[in-house]
This record gives sequence, structure tokens and C-alpha cells, in this order.
Amino acid sequence: MLRMLKQIIRVGSLSETLAPSDQVEQLGEKLRESVRKRFAGSLTIRAVDAGSCNGCELEIHATNNAYYDIERFGVHFTASPRFADMLLVTGPVSINMRRALEMTYEAMPEPRLVVAMGDCAIDCGVFGRDNYAIAGAVRDIIPVDVQIHGCPPTPSDIIQGILAAVESR
Amino acid sequence: MSYPTNTWFAERLGDAGIRCDYLKGHRPAHMPCLEIMRLEWAHAAAEARRLDMRLVALWAAEAGPNDPGNAPLYAYMAFAHPEHRHVLLRTPVQTELPSICAHYIAACRMERHMQDMFGIRITDLPDDRPWIRHEHWPRDAYPLRSAFDAQRPLPHEDHGDYAFVRADSPGVYEIPVGPVHAGIIEPGHFRFLAVGEQILNMEARLGYVHKGIERAMQGRSAEDGLRLAARVSGDSTVAHAWAFAQAAEYAAGIEVPRRASFIRALLCERERIANHIGDIGAICNDAAFTFMLQQMHRLREQMARLNRRIFGHRLLMDSIRLGGVAQDIDTAAAAELAEQTERIAREVEDLRAIYADHPSIQERVVGSGTVSAADALDLGLLGYVGRASGHYPDERIEEAYPPYDEFKVAIPKGKLGDVATRVWVRFEEIAESSRLILAMLRALPEGAIHTDWQAPPAGISGFAAIEGWRGEVAAWIRLGEEGRVDRYFVRDPSVINWLGLELAVRTVPVPDFPLNNKSFNCSYSGNDL
Repeated sequence: MLRMLKQIIRVGSLSETLAPSDQVEQLGEKLRESVRKRFAGSLTIRAVDAGSCNGCELEIHATNNAYYDIERFGVHFTASPRFADMLLVTGPVSINMRRALEMTYEAMPEPRLVVAMGDCAIDCGVFGRDNYAIAGAVRDIIPVDVQIHGCPPTPSDIIQGILAAVESR
Repeated sequence: MSYPTNTWFAERLGDAGIRCDYLKGHRPAHMPCLEIMRLEWAHAAAEARRLDMRLVALWAAEAGPNDPGNAPLYAYMAFAHPEHRHVLLRTPVQTELPSICAHYIAACRMERHMQDMFGIRITDLPDDRPWIRHEHWPRDAYPLRSAFDAQRPLPHEDHGDYAFVRADSPGVYEIPVGPVHAGIIEPGHFRFLAVGEQILNMEARLGYVHKGIERAMQGRSAEDGLRLAARVSGDSTVAHAWAFAQAAEYAAGIEVPRRASFIRALLCERERIANHIGDIGAICNDAAFTFMLQQMHRLREQMARLNRRIFGHRLLMDSIRLGGVAQDIDTAAAAELAEQTERIAREVEDLRAIYADHPSIQERVVGSGTVSAADALDLGLLGYVGRASGHYPDERIEEAYPPYDEFKVAIPKGKLGDVATRVWVRFEEIAESSRLILAMLRALPEGAIHTDWQAPPAGISGFAAIEGWRGEVAAWIRLGEEGRVDRYFVRDPSVINWLGLELAVRTVPVPDFPLNNKSFNCSYSGNDL
């Protein structure tokens, strides 16, 4: 236990020591404001991999690490679509995931914000539209509010995209 | 880089009365492809098993440009032996092929995949349910047949539900999980049969992230194909890109500059360290030890940032190119890499002491989800999963492809096969990979970082096996006209290791499933293709 405390004290708070000019910090401040105003201080996201290669998932995980710490802005991920304000979708929508994606979307309460994250979610990326196994890009299947480019998008791009979606409604 | 032709298996087959011919137009010579009669297919597999060979993969392809044309399809299988390198077998197929499941149980899903994709009927298959072919696919759709129209999404048909394994006893209840999971992970379905809290059986139903990669590869230039191969499994982008590139380079007879192979290995070892670090954190988090998650993800982020600065991508995507690598490292970058590697290895050791010192996490991981050495050998479990259970295949040693011909890799040899041992293997591998990176940086040869890509004549195939962080990635490529990819097959280690997870969780309570799942961390995307 003492060693753990020592380690925690030694490492300190990484998210606090970000340079003031850091893009994420500024975004974050704006995000906290939007989340406070529009979602009573708490925005809840359900992430769905609709056919991703897992690259995007790694970067979503990174938004939760000590450097980006997206939770300090009131943004967290949930297991149930019933509690979710936002659906964060990665990957081209595979024909085998199409139904599960639609069901997740239908299970959400309004306003059902949807963010399509990554080049695959936007236009099927490297896997291509002319592909028997791909049902389409995310917006071909469900309505999309914001798209985040990148293969995969960086954690700060993801936070920026979430902000844009919150502001869009 | 010259290796002798591998004649060992051909001679053993000869001893068993199985006639085989070396396939011309397959490379490299030290991993030859032998053609046998279809009648001898299962017999050859039985011989391989008797010789303690490991089944690497099983796949099919339509006849290539140089094939005689008396069979529309060929089935292939690849075997490995710790002392005798890889060898491929192939046989012409009309419509049917005998199953080899009696000798290699891990063949089953690969045979089901062949049925799904080509419509080849596998006889004597103990489990002939569709696998990647979900219930809504049209009955006559065989996507890897050239007659199939692969340009449009498959239309939706309704053919009922997958026939999961059931239990008749009223005391057994089912828990369906997925495809959308609770966390931020890839999709797949797990069907548990449980008695009280105890798991009786867990059956994985995968294929949800099937993206038609094998078909989408066909007709692409090799350069374009490499970009796709780098996205077979985003967490193993270096390993998959390397396997694709090396198979293509073998086919083309191209030798990669020494410096480039060093940088490739450096990238691959960094990928190994980053994923192990992330997974150790996530395993601890699944046992509510969030301290470790935060600490490990801090280190992972530092690696991602340096990756971006030096190699241009946080996850190292597209850092490998045909004939070499995309990005050289100068003296300053080498110094930074060395400094970070040393520091992270040290920090991980400090954290390991804390992990070992905490009974609350040790209680959860010790003895949970055991896979016996006998089962690991039977399934041919790979990477850290195999290494935790007394089965130690490592292509850096068995194939010793450059630059590992210059470095002696020490692999951790676990035996207990539980979550704790899988974590222990990962800690050991972080230390070993760090040592390798530092040694490679010290010995980094001067010279070019790539050589020109020159496609071979149509019909030449190449095979490569690369030790990625999850284990052996095996890729087979046949190039066609104008150097375009005619057929690409890849076997991610997860195809095999998923079977290990199903065995491991038969002894654990339901709440320990996530912990076990994370200790395997198999790829869904790499499995589903």
C-alpha cells in the first residue's frame, strides 16, 4: 500500500500539468461548459465497434488515460445504450454487425447523438464500399451528427469531435 | 540471407508412403510447398501430428495462373516444427475435402471457414455449423469464388438462429453476451452455460467484424494491399504488415536491407511492449485494481507519443513498406528510443513489485482459468497464451528471420497456465523486448532503409511467419498479373487462441470471465477477417 501511495505521489497529476496552450485542455474547457449547459453536467457515451480493426478502440481508451482524462469534463462511457446520450461508432458497418448497431441505436433515449469516428466509419476506409461484407458507412445505416476523420483519430481529435456533436443540437 | 531447402518433411512423408512434389513457383525454399494427392490429405496430417508438428493454418485458394487447370480449387495446410522450419502442403480440390480435425482440433474453425467461403464440402467435420457465414447470408453466396459478385453488400435473408451448444438439465441456465459488449472492445457473442455462478461451458460465436478482407485484397497492387494488411488487426499493425510484406518479398525474391529489418523488429518489439503494458493494466482493472490501469496506460501513452514523433503514427500504422520501412531513425531518435525503453522497462518493474505485493489482485489471478500443458499442445496455443501453458513456439527462434538471426531471444517458459502465469509471461516479455530493442539500437547497421519493390511473374506465391505480440502471424500471398494480389490468406494467432479461452473458463465463476478474457485478449477483427 505504501509503495502504491509513493508511486501515486511520485507520478502526480498528469492531466493538471498539461501546458496551457495544449489543444486538449482548451477543448476540454469548452467541452465541460457545453456538457454542463446541455447535459446537466454529465454526458454519457455508448461506444459501438461496428466493424473496426480495433485501432479506433485503442484511441478511445486513450481518451480515458491520465493525460486526456475525458471523465474530468463530465464525459463517461456506459455499458447500456438506455443511459446513453451519445453513440460513438467505429468501423465500416459490417453486414454481420448491422442489426446490432441498429438495435443499439433504437435502444437509446432521445436526443440520440451519433458520432461516426474514423475514416472507416465515414466512408468505409481501406476496406472499401464495393465489398460484399460491408453494409455501408455509419451514415448509410443511422443518422450521424458529427464525423471524426483519422485512421485512427487521435485522442484529442476524438474529444474535439465529441464537443462538436454536443454543440450540434 | 540464404537458407537450405527444407527436405525433412518431404522425406518423412516418403517414409510413410505419401508421394509429394515440390511446387515450383512457391517461395521461400526453406518453407516449401509440397503437392500431395487428395486421398493422402488426412493421412499426411496424421503423419505431421505423429512427428510432433504444429498445425499453423489451413486455407483454400482458386487455381492460380500457373496451375494445370484440372482442379478449380486447391486446399493448403501449413505445419511448423521447432527444429525443421515451416512446410506447406497442398492438394487439388473438386468439391470435397476430408477433415483433419481428428489429428488437429484447431483445424475445425478453419475448415468451417473454407466451407463458408468456397463451398468446399469438408467430410467428417465434427462441427459443420457455419462460422463466419452468419444466419442472414444467402445460401448460395461463396465470397471467395471468382464467380461471386463481391461488389455489393450481401442481401439479407432469414435462416433462423445459430445452433449453440445447449444443456438439457433444468439446473443449467444460459447467459448470452454480445455482440455489443459492456466495455469499449470489439464485438463478438459469448454463450455461457452456467450452474449457479460456475461456468459449465462457454461458446464463442464470432464473425461479427468480418470485413471481407481476403476478397477485398484481390486485385489490389501489393502496395495498396499492404495498407489493408496493416488493418487486419489494428493493435497488431506492425506484425500483420510485416507478415504481408515478408511473404510478398519472399515471392518476389527481394532481400530487405539489414537496417530495414532492424527497424522492423524495433517497431514490432515496441508494439509488443505497448500491448502488454495496456493489457496488464486492463487485466488488473477487471479485478478492480484501477491503480495499475492508470499507471500502465500512462506508460502506453508515452510510447504512443514517441511513436508519433519518430515514426509518424501513434500505433505505428504504415511504418512498414514493401522492401523496407517508411521512416529511418537518426542518432537523436535512437537515443530517445533507448532512453524511453530503459525508463519504461524500469517503471514496469517497479509496478510489477506493487502488483506482486497485493493479495487482493493476486487472489483473483492465481489459479484462475487454467489451461493445461496437454491442452495447450493439443490446440497449438500461440504467443503468451502458449508460453503460460508449457507450449513455446516462437518464430523469432524457429524461423529466425532477420534480424533475429543475429539476436538470441529468451522466451519465458510458464507452466501453470492460469491468469497469473499469462500476466507473468507478459511482464517477462516486456523486459526481454526492452533488452532486444536496446541491443538492436546498439548494433543498428548503416545503409538503406528500403529497396525497390519489383513484383514477381504472375502465379508466384510466398509464405511468411512473423512473431507478433499475440504470437505467430502466418501470411500466404499469391501474386497475379501486373503484380496484383491474386490471393491473400492470413492466420492471426487469435484463430487458435480463442479455443484456449473456451477451455480456460470452464473452471471459473462467471464474474471471472472478463479477467480471463483480457488475459487472452484475442483479436476479433484478426479472427473474422
